[in-house]
Amino acid sequence: MARHQPTDKRLLWLLAVAALVSIVWLLFTLWLIAATLTPPDRATVWALVGPSLLLVSLTWGAGMGAIAWGLKRWFGHWVTPSVQLAEEAQVLLRTDVVRELRPKGNVETKELAKLFNQLVAQREELRHQMQDKVRAAARDIEQEKSRLAALMSELTQSVVVCNLDGRILLYNNRARTQFRALSQSPRLADGAELIGLGRSIYTVFDRKLVAHALESVQQRLQRGVAQPTAQFVTSTRAGQLLRVQMTPVRSVAEPDAAPVLGAALEPATQAPPLQLAGFVLMLDNITREFEAEAVRERLVLGLTEGSRAALANMRAAIEMLDYPDLEPALRERFLAVVRDEVQALSERVQRSSSQAAEVFQSRWPLEDMLGTDLLSAAGRRIEETLGLALNQSEADPNLWLRIESFSILQALLFLSARLRDEFAIRHVSLRLRPSGQGVDKAELDLIWSGATLSTETVMSWEIDPMRIGSEASALTVREVVDRHGGAFWLERDRASNQAWFRFLLPAATAQEQLDNATFVHHPSRPEYYDFDLFRVSPRSQALDEVPLADLSFTVFDTETTGLNPAEGDEIIQIGAVRVLNGKLLRQEVFDQLVDPKREIPPESIPIHGITPEMVQGQPGILEVLPALHAFAADTVLVAHNAAFDMRFLQLKERQTGLAFEQPVLDTLLLSAVVHPGQDSHRLEAIAERFNVTVIGRHTALGDAMVTAEVFVRLLPLLAEKGIHTLGQARGAAQRTYFARIQY
Amino acid sequence: MNPTLLIVDDEPNILLSLEFLMKREGYQVHLARDGVEALEAIAALRPDLVLLDVMMPRKTGFEVCQEVRADEALKATRILMLTAKGRDTDVAKGLALGADAYMTKPFSTKELVEKVRQMLLSNR
Repeated sequence: MARHQPTDKRLLWLLAVAALVSIVWLLFTLWLIAATLTPPDRATVWALVGPSLLLVSLTWGAGMGAIAWGLKRWFGHWVTPSVQLAEEAQVLLRTDVVRELRPKGNVETKELAKLFNQLVAQREELRHQMQDKVRAAARDIEQEKSRLAALMSELTQSVVVCNLDGRILLYNNRARTQFRALSQSPRLADGAELIGLGRSIYTVFDRKLVAHALESVQQRLQRGVAQPTAQFVTSTRAGQLLRVQMTPVRSVAEPDAAPVLGAALEPATQAPPLQLAGFVLMLDNITREFEAEAVRERLVLGLTEGSRAALANMRAAIEMLDYPDLEPALRERFLAVVRDEVQALSERVQRSSSQAAEVFQSRWPLEDMLGTDLLSAAGRRIEETLGLALNQSEADPNLWLRIESFSILQALLFLSARLRDEFAIRHVSLRLRPSGQGVDKAELDLIWSGATLSTETVMSWEIDPMRIGSEASALTVREVVDRHGGAFWLERDRASNQAWFRFLLPAATAQEQLDNATFVHHPSRPEYYDFDLFRVSPRSQALDEVPLADLSFTVFDTETTGLNPAEGDEIIQIGAVRVLNGKLLRQEVFDQLVDPKREIPPESIPIHGITPEMVQGQPGILEVLPALHAFAADTVLVAHNAAFDMRFLQLKERQTGLAFEQPVLDTLLLSAVVHPGQDSHRLEAIAERFNVTVIGRHTALGDAMVTAEVFVRLLPLLAEKGIHTLGQARGAAQRTYFARIQY
Repeated sequence: MNPTLLIVDDEPNILLSLEFLMKREGYQVHLARDGVEALEAIAALRPDLVLLDVMMPRKTGFEVCQEVRADEALKATRILMLTAKGRDTDVAKGLALGADAYMTKPFSTKELVEKVRQMLLSNR
């Protein structure tokens, strides 16, 4: 055998025993022989045998050798293979190693090895089946989750899912938009301090209100109501009216536990079927509807009750006219009453009808749309569908419309097509601007030069059903305009030889603009959900005891005019991003330029790229810090070289009255904890080490993002070093050399 | 002696008709143009019946009604409310505050005359 095999210790023991026994046996035999002989015979025999003793020991030695050989053979065939088989089976049992055992030794052992092999094969097959099942289940869950996320993000209603502590687990784009509109510091934190995974819903809603709704949901659940939902209307601090519908999220019931191997399952450990795991809030901002409804009600009341008095006056006066004994002077006075009241009533009806037109048309499904979006869509379709060249398209970039965009686009296309077909117009232009005739109207112009249209032509175009190529619409331009409560006419400018169709359309108000600006600028589907939070327990423990994995972090960075806050250097930009459950929440960011109210040193501009023009008109640090404070509320702060940034924040504490008192972690120090042997712990160096792509370096948000990526990768490495809690991380960081650097 | 009537309304156009109508029925008619004037007139003239509008300046008909009913001395005064507020809730409120009858505008003058006559009779 080529392989060296260690000799079984039992073999040596057996050999030793055999040697001992044979020697004792030999000596006993000799003693027995000697005992039977007389002393003279004994001497004679000794004289004869004595010289041959060497031969005796040689044969004894040969005998022992034969025994050793036999024992070894015996062991090799009967004992060692089963010992080895046992060891190898141990490996298979205790580890994930999969291999075929080689049958050797006697027939029984070989048979055993084959049985082991079969068992292992069976185990592997089961394991694979199990893995496949787990994978399939995970895929299904993932699919369900993304389907849910897709569904939610397409909803025009705001949806927020919370656990029982009121922490947000899931929300959709609409909710983000709506919360932004509710935010009291909309220009800064942009509502990000109100909505975010892991944030508390109670920053928006009164805790008692939610508790009350939860209670009634729970009561309904217990009564076994089919749809145990609750509704409430609340006004926010920003004065908006919200209608909120609450639906319970039930905890998943334990599957009926079969009596498993001796596990003492008490019935009480099974989850009661009505247990709540959290709740879903569906929010509608009904401020606008409410206002419109109030106007409608006033209008209806004005028309009914307001007219009653006038009618009463008239009716009474007319009935008086029937009396034959009426004096002429009095008769004239009664007639005057009737004339007077009829006139007043006519005016009232006139007023109401114009108001009614405005109020009732708002029931059309009009949507808010950015004017430039409408124009670019119209321009594209005019060029593609009609082959007309678009000369110019100018729009007020901040103008929002409240329109039904499809029919407006159709009207523009239809009119352009007729210009092309009937007057051979080859170029048109589009123009959109606020109307001079009213704050809430916008002028949309379709402009061409050359051909002059008669009023009759315009009229007929206005009332012809719209037809573009083979596509026909039942609507006319006039109906489209009426639908918007707008107006339509032709204007011409003789000086420039230009003419245009003008649409007067409703503009949207500022509130709605904000809603949609944010809606439009987040086209991608964000990573909003994090169901793991259902498992988060109330954070009653002191933060230091909390595992890092359970904390939420605000990773931030500042750009400054220089390196000496004590000597008047100021923050000019702050960027921050949140990290929750080891994940970077790229959608929940804080990004704000700050007016330093001082000169920006020209030599620093190449570093941060922020020019004095860029900070002009931006808020000052005293306005920005409260927003950052709100954004970072309830989280642990993380920064690279945190001492530097913290120093800038701390110097403003007295002025703002806001202290950033939460714990702080420094990625520079944590990197030094994890990789004590490395020379550099600059952000670039660490990023390179972790293979983090650096984009937008030296913008506050860019650096905050890189820092956050680095931080996320540091967490598992810290865990390997036995650093699991916040307290351990802070302690370790403190002990590193770099902790002594003070700014 | 003929019964005394107080007609309270802020609109001269209805006062004219009502005054003519009630005088023609032979009542002694007095006029008031708002809630405060009405209360003063009621206290001074002790009318048998008040035709009271609801929507008026200074004091509404509801308030006038309430104050009259609070005064034990004016117990005998009948109040007929005339109002443009025609909802069930308004009728209920008027009656709850002590009006003896309630007519919504516009009303038929014939019915009004009939109603007034009935109320004055039941007063006796």
